[in-house]
Amino acid sequence: MTLDVARIRKDFPILDRRVRGGRPLIYLDSANTSQKPRQVIDAISGFYERHNANIHRATHELSEEATAAYEGARIKVAGFVGARDESEIIFTKNISEAINLVAYSMSNASAGAPAPDRFRLGPGDEIVVTEMEHHSDLVPWQLLCQRTGATLRWFSVTPEGRLDLSGLDGLINERTKLVALVHQSNVLGTVNPVRLIADRAHAVGALVLADAAQSVPHMPVDVQDLGADFVGFTGHKMCGPTGIGVLWARRELLDEMPPFLGGGEMIETVWMDHSTFAPPPHKFEAGTMPIAEAAGLAAAIDYLNETGRESIHAHEQALLGDALTQLTGIDGLRILGPTEPEDRGTAISFEVDGVHPHDVSQVLDELGIAVRAGHHCAWPLHRALGVQASTRASFYLYNTHEEVAALIDGIRQAQKFFGVN
Amino acid sequence: MQIQSLYQEIILDHYRNPHHKGLREPFDVEVHHVNPTCGDEVTLRVALKDVGGDPVVTDVSYDSLGCSISQASASVMSDLVIGKPVSEAMRILQEFLDLMQSKGQAEPDEAVLEDAVAFAGVSKYPARIKCALLGWMAWKDATGQALDETTGQAS
Repeated sequence: MTLDVARIRKDFPILDRRVRGGRPLIYLDSANTSQKPRQVIDAISGFYERHNANIHRATHELSEEATAAYEGARIKVAGFVGARDESEIIFTKNISEAINLVAYSMSNASAGAPAPDRFRLGPGDEIVVTEMEHHSDLVPWQLLCQRTGATLRWFSVTPEGRLDLSGLDGLINERTKLVALVHQSNVLGTVNPVRLIADRAHAVGALVLADAAQSVPHMPVDVQDLGADFVGFTGHKMCGPTGIGVLWARRELLDEMPPFLGGGEMIETVWMDHSTFAPPPHKFEAGTMPIAEAAGLAAAIDYLNETGRESIHAHEQALLGDALTQLTGIDGLRILGPTEPEDRGTAISFEVDGVHPHDVSQVLDELGIAVRAGHHCAWPLHRALGVQASTRASFYLYNTHEEVAALIDGIRQAQKFFGVN
Repeated sequence: MQIQSLYQEIILDHYRNPHHKGLREPFDVEVHHVNPTCGDEVTLRVALKDVGGDPVVTDVSYDSLGCSISQASASVMSDLVIGKPVSEAMRILQEFLDLMQSKGQAEPDEAVLEDAVAFAGVSKYPARIKCALLGWMAWKDATGQALDETTGQAS
């Protein structure tokens, strides 16, 4: 079904904003954070206006309602990504915390917390990542290797912006304890073959974590099909609020993993010298959680489901094809990553000869066009591609072909302004 | 376009033809600074000379990668501080810092800041202030280290 973009745009109040002295906002920075529809904003304010209370720990009516909103969101998320049941869904503050949860749980196991050997790391063990990781799926593993003496290894990236899988069997071997990789690159747009890599990892007994922050908002993702053991994503990139992220993991793993953060709500019994812990998911949710944010995330999921995830994906692919064709037509512009829409999402990073990304984005900003400039939290990837920084435009369900045209025109104006072409 | 208040012609001139770019000998201290949000970087060298107990900046040279603002700012900065006593150069730095924090409200003193007055417009763009300060902060760091070394040698 074709997306009625004009109707969708009416759901997003911020798209009516004028910026930089009266220009209509052209928001091409959704890979950074998405805008929020009225339905999500109303769900959050409605929660605070009518249902606000802490969850799980009071017997009054408001607390029952707040608990129902929070746990209802968990059920909704479970359905959205195909979890076996909602106990496989852990709420975190963002995907960085979701990834750190796994890293610190393994760290705690390595330091002696009761856990099976598969979660323990030491000298001689290996963690495998890729050169196209966001810092949030790289730095936690660097730190874990530092703490445990394990070795970090990685897949390199081809000049075309795909993973070099030629050394797959050597890289993932009997020493590998965990493979962490991004499902869809936030810089290149590349969609990685998670299943293929996960199958190899599982063959040698390693665990697999997929960073799905950029894929879950844009295409149907089923965690069973994806093949990873852990999948992280974040609410604010999928029309939901900031402050809430998700870790999905297979229940048997969550049962065996030591806790990450200690505190209220995550316990079963507490003595002065030790504690026992609640079953998942609560074992991993210490302290008061982002309750209103969960209500907002549930509304975002309803919004994406009602709009139709396949329709959203098809609309974005059409925008992507249009943008790739027009961008490749600009002299002196080089796209980082695949230039064809196959196995590729809508984040498009590019370099413009003779104009620094900051300067490109400044001229675009002057025209009301919001993009991101820099290394997009993927510094090693930029280094691997021999690029200091890039400009990134990214599209979502509310973007239009007219906005693609405005981007192209804006880039040409930047070239003209800085005396290129 | 309003953007011309940001990209003054002086800035674009320095960007296209940067002064004192390219690392030179002799020098006392070399530093490397980066802007972690965008990856812009500068390697900067400072040479000081003690003139009757008052250190003077005899040379500044640098190699850098970055946007027009950071490149032009390093160029203007080296023009301003080379040949000046460190104490005076530090006062110019402070004047420039004040300008960057002025949110576009300050009237910069051209007698002190010379070409650097062109950066007044940058203070209206919070994301770009770090760009304008990259070279200056590298110079401050290098000069501080060079002074420490001189003091160390003296004692």
